[in-house]
Amino acid sequence: MYKTKEKIYEWIFMATAFSSLIFLLGIIIVLFNEGLPIFKDVGVFQFIFGSSWYPTHIPPEYGIFPVIIGSFVVTLGAMFIAVPLGMGSALYIYEMASEKQRNILKPVVELLGGIPSIIFGFFGMVIIAPFLQSVLKIPTGLCAFTGMVVLGIMAIPVVCSIAEDALSFVPRSYREASYALGGNRWQTLIRVVIPAAGSGISTAIILGVSRVIGETMTVLMVTGGAAMIPKSIFDPVRPMTSTIAAEMGEAAMGSPHYHSLFAIGLILFLITLVFNVIAEVISRKYRIKLGLDV
Amino acid sequence: MDNNLNETVRVKADNINFFYGSKKALNGINMDINANKVTALIGPSGCGKSTFLRLINRMNDLIGSSRIEGKLLLDGKNIFDKDVDVVELRRRVGMVFQKPNPFPKSIYENMAYGLEIKGIKDKKFIDEKVFDSLKKAALWDEIKDRLNDSALRLSGGQQQRLCIARCLVVEPEVILFDEPCASLDPISTRKIEELIIELKQFYTIIIVTHNMQQAARVSDYTAFMYLGDLIEFGHTEKLFTVPKDKRTEEYLTGKFG
Repeated sequence: MYKTKEKIYEWIFMATAFSSLIFLLGIIIVLFNEGLPIFKDVGVFQFIFGSSWYPTHIPPEYGIFPVIIGSFVVTLGAMFIAVPLGMGSALYIYEMASEKQRNILKPVVELLGGIPSIIFGFFGMVIIAPFLQSVLKIPTGLCAFTGMVVLGIMAIPVVCSIAEDALSFVPRSYREASYALGGNRWQTLIRVVIPAAGSGISTAIILGVSRVIGETMTVLMVTGGAAMIPKSIFDPVRPMTSTIAAEMGEAAMGSPHYHSLFAIGLILFLITLVFNVIAEVISRKYRIKLGLDV
Repeated sequence: MDNNLNETVRVKADNINFFYGSKKALNGINMDINANKVTALIGPSGCGKSTFLRLINRMNDLIGSSRIEGKLLLDGKNIFDKDVDVVELRRRVGMVFQKPNPFPKSIYENMAYGLEIKGIKDKKFIDEKVFDSLKKAALWDEIKDRLNDSALRLSGGQQQRLCIARCLVVEPEVILFDEPCASLDPISTRKIEELIIELKQFYTIIIVTHNMQQAARVSDYTAFMYLGDLIEFGHTEKLFTVPKDKRTEEYLTGKFG
């Protein structure tokens, strides 16, 4: 009796543990199943590098290069904001702040990370976009640049908290060695701590990229939504995520348009997968390098 | 405490009290540490020997909420005075830690670090000092062909000798050893001990150790500390053979510790 009970508990917990795996498999299967049929109508190369995205025209064109570029441009720009600010905050909070400052700053950064993306979108749409439009005298404030700013702010907490972890993994003994040899605080930080945390810091950046590239609601609200290859960062763009979100409702189920949206999702999934694998590999290597348990 | 008039006192502790927060860790320590000798600090865990050692190069500065009273004189100058440059002090007083702590850099980079942070750019000068110190630390023959390898690929004993060599590069006068063999095997330990004896002709050496035999083997003077007090301090031979204090005797014979 007791044994059966024990077995049942074990089964229940095993089921919960494996549920993520099942969900992941399910998602992958659906993505491939629904995404691949588009390649019967359009070649893979044509699909990825085609420069016109007119899925509802007659005849339709399914070239997603503009939306890939849209994602790429916005992500890159966002990282120019998130990396310096996130890294700077991590360094200050972990290495320099007094305990009192740390007790304020850390929760603030975490709180920023907890704000729903719709609120960031709202903020970008109502405050940043009109501001840019009037200051830069551009036709619309809803453009790639606004997306960069808002997404950059959103990614700060990700970069900051992972970079902070990386700094905390640097053994205390390295700092002590540097101080004992007559190193001052800056030399210790720049020549010892940051290089030792280097791979952890690159993980922070990569995970920041995954966060930004997968963000949907905000870009849908602030980047203007034109599926064209932008000529400048002040042109409207439509990243991959917002393309799917905006068009899924109107695409007839089973139509080539429908399948092409799944194919975009598939490509996005593969991109983030690659980023996550790279991040994992780097952080593993780094932990080995520091002689920590993997 | 026995005093020998022929010796030069390099480090002098003058009534040192040390507090972590409100906890008193050192209780009025007075000690004269002679130049070109090895002085061992022994005693059970928590007796304050490492705390005392870390005062000598002011590593305790890194700990918040600690407080110090009394004077610690290095060549007659109180190292806690406001006009003492702690960076300069740490160049004069090197330290080797309990666990070998090479940087995750190449052997050469580890060695050159102390000179580079001093702002020295003359490559030839650095090379010379690096090679010279590796020879002094009896490590040169083992690693001369792999100076660009990561220091983390050396064995534990080699890493520890690298740390000793790294500290010699900046030409300290005093070297502090904080249980340098705690994580090493007996053979590596022997090499380090031989090295310490070798080095004392050039440096003043202070070593904290848990291992009483080690203190007996390498040191000229031994200080026995207990619960923050300096119980007994004198020539190693005398302290080990005819301890004056009952507690010293009990510790040495393994009645506690």
